[in-house]
Amino acid sequence: MGQAVVEATGLTKVYDGFTAVNNLNLRIEEGEMFGFLGANGAGKTTTLLMLLGLTDPTSGQVRVCGKDPMREPLDVKRLVGYLPEKVGFYEDLTAKQNLNYTAELNRIPVREAGERIDSLLKTVGLSEVADKRVSTYSRGMKQRLGIADIWIKEPKLAFLDEPTTGIDPNGLDDILGLISDMGKKGITVIFCSHVLPQVQKLCSRVGILAKGELVADGAIDRLGQEGGGSGRYRMEAEVDAAQPEIADVIRGVAGVRDAVLNGNVISITADSDLRGQISRAIIDSGALLVGMRVEEYSLEKIYKRYSKEA
Amino acid sequence: MYAVFRKELADHFSSRRFMILFGLVFLSAMLAIYVAIQTIRGVVGPTSEFIFLKIFTTQGENLPSFLFFLSLFIPIIGIALGFDAVNNERSTGNLSRLISQPIYRDAVINGKFLAGVTILGMMIVSVVLIVGGLGLRIVGVPPTGEEVVRLLAFVAVSIVYGGFWMALGVLFSVFFRRTATSMLASVAVWIFFFFFLGVIAGAVTNAVAPVDANSTIEAVVSNATLEGSLSRISPCTLYGEATVALLTPELGSVNPTLMVLSSYSGRMANPLPLTDSLILIWPQVVTIIALGAICFGVSYIRFMREEIRSI
Repeated sequence: MGQAVVEATGLTKVYDGFTAVNNLNLRIEEGEMFGFLGANGAGKTTTLLMLLGLTDPTSGQVRVCGKDPMREPLDVKRLVGYLPEKVGFYEDLTAKQNLNYTAELNRIPVREAGERIDSLLKTVGLSEVADKRVSTYSRGMKQRLGIADIWIKEPKLAFLDEPTTGIDPNGLDDILGLISDMGKKGITVIFCSHVLPQVQKLCSRVGILAKGELVADGAIDRLGQEGGGSGRYRMEAEVDAAQPEIADVIRGVAGVRDAVLNGNVISITADSDLRGQISRAIIDSGALLVGMRVEEYSLEKIYKRYSKEA
Repeated sequence: MYAVFRKELADHFSSRRFMILFGLVFLSAMLAIYVAIQTIRGVVGPTSEFIFLKIFTTQGENLPSFLFFLSLFIPIIGIALGFDAVNNERSTGNLSRLISQPIYRDAVINGKFLAGVTILGMMIVSVVLIVGGLGLRIVGVPPTGEEVVRLLAFVAVSIVYGGFWMALGVLFSVFFRRTATSMLASVAVWIFFFFFLGVIAGAVTNAVAPVDANSTIEAVVSNATLEGSLSRISPCTLYGEATVALLTPELGSVNPTLMVLSSYSGRMANPLPLTDSLILIWPQVVTIIALGAICFGVSYIRFMREEIRSI
């Protein structure tokens, strides 16, 4: 087990009688890319605010890099970069000036700050417009500036709250690339998003929050196996001109639990990956095998299942 | 906090708001000089004292004095510098970024307030210097030591007064989410104090302690005392009294405010010596400071304790 960067036990937040976060236990280790999922109002932002020490938990314990955000807020804020959902910059200042201000607030020495700003602006692809006012920036550019803004303090941990909302597809790739770069540089990332394919692409582990409770927490394929019907594989085989008997043939293959014919497509549930055996059975039966694929664990399915359960 | 202070100061200097305010103040300075040129010969006799101060206080036939302009503009400047201090940061999405930086939360509000007071101070000092400098050339009478001290005190009181209005603006900027609302609220308070309170004080006084031509001296005095106390709720009145006592030390029919003030304390020397003037205005100044401190204190506490939900 690695070093825990975030450790929350029994974290609860009640706003005037409404429980926003309920008895949350979370442990995130150094270098992890953690996808934090949940519907709007499920308590993701509240959790982040508590981890950051901006909101006091009603009860429960938090440790961020071994420090208590309530007791040592400045130490925690020095180590954590937070990119809020509705991030804004001083529109009348340039990107450079905005980053300079952040550097100054973080007490980064002037010369070092200048170097870091230049190299960061290059990384996020804003060096060309570094001296233009932020008011001229597109939403995607501002979001990239936001990433530079948390990167400049070289955090151990980065909270990204919906960093991809309202970004065009090209811009999206840029931002996802940057987030993955952050992870490669050893920064632990907590990534909140509704866009599940992105999370699946980036994150090794996800937590799903529903109505303030953490209903699932684990690696995506483990959650998928749990969710996909107690550790079973699902496959689909497409044949040319399927006869109804073909389902029976496939059911006869050892290890296959079920096969259902639907038009020319047969959906198969098996204990393991039996594509080889199944394809031979199909060909032996005289049918033409057109295609075959194993159903991947889609985070979307996992997410829907868990959030419905709650 | 120093970083916030420096950034806010730099922002102010490059902002259009600053240019507009400074333009306004500069124009009023020019007007004051013009009025002084037009009228100062008429008010100054061979035995006049405090000639230099008259540059700031003489009014023309239709034109008000520099003092009046300043008492009008200082609240506007104060409000303009403070009304969107916090809620603008909030609505532009900067506040959440700012308070997740490793600074104490109060550094934000303290730095902003200090930067505002600095700007305010610079404006007032520079405008007094402009008027004083030009006045010196035009009138040709150098200020005495006492006049210089009185002017310095005037500048200090003006900064304190502007600080109060800025604190009021900051207060509303913490309580109201929209900048338009906080500006309107601040301006409404100013209008109430500047225009309405005097009328209300007069009406209430005449209802409670009416006077007519046959009233006894006691009745007239109690009427005046009540009206004075009521209108002294307004910081505008307090500032007016303080500046009059500082800049026009001569007692007499032209100076009813000072007559009333000095009669309370039995200081009737004419002209009023500097120390007496300062003692006379001390309660006014302290009250303005207290009002400003209350506004700032409330906004400070509210800002510090505010629970951040979604930002």
